[in-house]
Amino acid sequence: MAEILVLVDHADGAVRKPALELLTLARRIGTPSAVVLGAGEAAASVAATAAEYGAATVYVADGAEFSERLVVPKVDALTQIAKEKEVAAVLVTSSGEGKEIAARVALRLGSGLLTDAVELEAGDEGPVATQSVFAASYQVKSRVSRGVPVITVKPNSAAPEAAPAAGTVEDVAVAFTGNAAKVVSRTARVSTGRPELTESAIVVSGGRGVGAAEGFGVVEKLADSLGAAVGASRAAVDAGWYPHANQVGQTGKQVSPQLYVAAGISGAIQHRAGMQTSKTIVAVNKDPEAPIFDLVDYGVVGDLFEVLPQLTEEIGAR
Amino acid sequence: MTLRIAVCVKYVPDATGDRGFADDLTVDRDEVDGLLSELDEYAVEQALRISEEADEAEVTVVTVGPDDAKDALRKALSMGADKAVHVNDESIHGSDVMGTSAILAKALEKTGFDLVVCGMASTDGTMGVLPALLAERLNLPQVTLLSEVSVEDGLVKGRRDGDAATELLEAPLPAVVSVTDQSGEARYPSFKGIMAAKKKPVEELELDDLEIDEDEVGLTGSWTLVESAAARPARTQGTIVTNEDGDGGKQLAAFLAAQKFI
Amino acid sequence: MGSKDFDLYRTAEEHEMLRESVRALAEAKIAPFAAAVDEEGRFPQEALDALVANDLHAVHVPESYGGAGADALATVIVIEEVARVCGSSSLIPAVNKLGSLPVILSGSEELKAKYLAPLAAGEAMFSYALSEPDAGSDAAGMKTRAVRDGDFWVLNGVKRWITNAGVSEYYTVMAVTDPEKRSKGISAFVVEKSDEGVSFGAPEKKLGIKGSPTREVYFDNVRIPADRMIGAEGTGFATAMKTLDHTRITIAAQALGIAQGALDYAKGYVKERKQFGKPIADFQGVQFMLADMAMKLEAARQLTYAAAAKSERVDGDLTFFGAAAKCFASDVAMEVTIDAVQLLGGYGYTRDYPVERMMRDAKITQIYEGTNQVQRIVMARNLP
Repeated sequence: MAEILVLVDHADGAVRKPALELLTLARRIGTPSAVVLGAGEAAASVAATAAEYGAATVYVADGAEFSERLVVPKVDALTQIAKEKEVAAVLVTSSGEGKEIAARVALRLGSGLLTDAVELEAGDEGPVATQSVFAASYQVKSRVSRGVPVITVKPNSAAPEAAPAAGTVEDVAVAFTGNAAKVVSRTARVSTGRPELTESAIVVSGGRGVGAAEGFGVVEKLADSLGAAVGASRAAVDAGWYPHANQVGQTGKQVSPQLYVAAGISGAIQHRAGMQTSKTIVAVNKDPEAPIFDLVDYGVVGDLFEVLPQLTEEIGAR
Repeated sequence: MTLRIAVCVKYVPDATGDRGFADDLTVDRDEVDGLLSELDEYAVEQALRISEEADEAEVTVVTVGPDDAKDALRKALSMGADKAVHVNDESIHGSDVMGTSAILAKALEKTGFDLVVCGMASTDGTMGVLPALLAERLNLPQVTLLSEVSVEDGLVKGRRDGDAATELLEAPLPAVVSVTDQSGEARYPSFKGIMAAKKKPVEELELDDLEIDEDEVGLTGSWTLVESAAARPARTQGTIVTNEDGDGGKQLAAFLAAQKFI
Repeated sequence: MGSKDFDLYRTAEEHEMLRESVRALAEAKIAPFAAAVDEEGRFPQEALDALVANDLHAVHVPESYGGAGADALATVIVIEEVARVCGSSSLIPAVNKLGSLPVILSGSEELKAKYLAPLAAGEAMFSYALSEPDAGSDAAGMKTRAVRDGDFWVLNGVKRWITNAGVSEYYTVMAVTDPEKRSKGISAFVVEKSDEGVSFGAPEKKLGIKGSPTREVYFDNVRIPADRMIGAEGTGFATAMKTLDHTRITIAAQALGIAQGALDYAKGYVKERKQFGKPIADFQGVQFMLADMAMKLEAARQLTYAAAAKSERVDGDLTFFGAAAKCFASDVAMEVTIDAVQLLGGYGYTRDYPVERMMRDAKITQIYEGTNQVQRIVMARNLP
């Protein structure tokens, strides 16, 4: 079967959830091979996880370049393996860096690039990706018409399913090329202990209606009772109430969780662009005219400072 | 020495309009007013700030797009850019990001630059890969997705706030930079700026001027194919309750329980 | 058929670019504070900061004095777009023009250089002090006196209804220099807030434009250098009237903006608000109201823009057009904002929605810079 190259994103020695989703999706269109770059001593455990989720082969490359230079070393590695192994497709997670890597790999391979797929299926002429565009108001199905398809897939596009495979580790010596920016320093983001926004199955977001930074307390409490990530609208972020890293919307993160709870968010187009593909949407807003209510499966017209704590309490009691 | 800064901008359909697709599955540009992509305003702003910090600098704004794209150029010029380059050719219609990046790279080479500044993504395509592709094509370092950027002593430095970590980056000029919407609020064109923009030069280029074969671009030169585009079925409004009786949270809990979320 | 290049009866491309720029600025930086500014009756500092940062606070100042050099129509568009989101804030560019225009029209080169540069730089605002407790429509009946004392003039008196009093650094003050000559015995001066003897009354408690301070200004033996006189002695009243020919158009602009803001809000509301199972916009009675509002507003806009062009050219019929634009646009603003409140029903009557504020703000445009009754007298005396 066709070999599908999957770039396996990892952090702190662990495989990140979107990579497991990629491996799961890859099985629909061929046989997944994992690519593990710059994992150092964690390479073996990362490879083992990849095997558990279906990687027949795991290509491992290491070197200081991966952490000291931006993007290009990973492009070098992925391109080299894709060429040597004559793979049928390359899959990368749709993150800022993932898309940059994928684009440059595609260009080097002379291949078409599809980004931000939310669904992937096998087609007669290669994999067909579903993308959601224009603030999720359109669904577009596209395929690559030239070269080896390079596709980036959004987190939460599939539920990871284990499917143990051989996971034969093959070490790769990468010939580094190119003109890359130097990474002078790297500071890991302080963990909040909550799930990653784009990866979480449940997201609870606060907006202008939260009123102040302190107001996010009730949002966080609800999120914690649900095991959810916390998001914020652009209005709340611009007001300085919550970090930009948590912004949901066109210029922030695009999330697609099983459940999205919008508290005090009116639902401007910029916000909807970031959450409209959520499976179930729930909103709490004082304003009955708020456009967010047009999208919801369930809406409560009321003060979020009354509704959220009561909900949190109910969840705690169950 | 004049620091030559080129800013790549895109003319996009207004995101607040009712955007859609034309019969050939390209973005319908007739139905909705266009404008300078909001995310590119941040690029223009950072280019202007860098130029204001430099002893001597010149900001050229570059776009690839139809006739109306000159509106985006005019806006950037009225913000303070010095001149503009407009690549406009019928064969470009339908180009994907590979084609567009090829055209832009040639236009940049022809224009000459020490620094290329881009927005983080366009507000219509939202791919966010053009800066990386330009870096690849021009064989220059990419210093991208920056929330802070500065140029000193022939080096471009910036801060990249990624998902997992914040990185401080640097690269020698020439380089390709992209900036996020966290990089600093874009200025509004002033009346003086608007009047001055009328007199600033806009160079019009066609594919022949860039020695690009028209088969390499447009729909025919595209390396991807849109098979279908369908309006997503509008979400239908579900149940709306009010918290008048003070039990909104309980009602919501009952709904979430029924849906097996709790 | 037809030609897209036909350039009559439309604004220039740069005017529309300016509108786009000011609208974006106003919506992002001024609108969010409009309700609070009204509610708290406080000066719209955020608006002043945003306007100064983008050189839109006094666009009429000529380039030779460090200004943007905007024509009268461009100035109208700036005021209109600010007023669309906040009537109080629109008095910043409007009153800066009103206060400084006497200097621009009649002042000496030295006076212009000294007072227009700080205005253009955003370091100082400029107010206009004509009215008095007993001299409103009959402005020539003023009592404020200026008496010559060597190289100085000494001012004594009270001015009332002075917009932006206390926040403005500079004031154009009309004062009687020769009581025998009535209107020809009035002269204009620039007085600075920091001049000794200048003080301010308590802010008036107003129906609308609550964010723009209106106060009395007191002159208690205010001794200023003689070169602060604007133009020649005895020309003050003529300068004051000439100024109003131009600036009544800025009040028309303010009225247009307030009305447009109300119409835009009502347009959005009627599409969302559902009664009897459909948006109220589907009812013909509502449609008729909106059509009338839009029709009147557009007629007022055309008249105002024509008047602005005449202001820029200083046409012979400017006096008529200025008065007509101010009178018509302000009457339209009152009607449109009242209808906007009506369209929102009970919601429109509450402070949770902006249209009642717009209605209150609109009222003043029928009153200041000459009541609409005075405008009709002016028009009648200057019929085209």
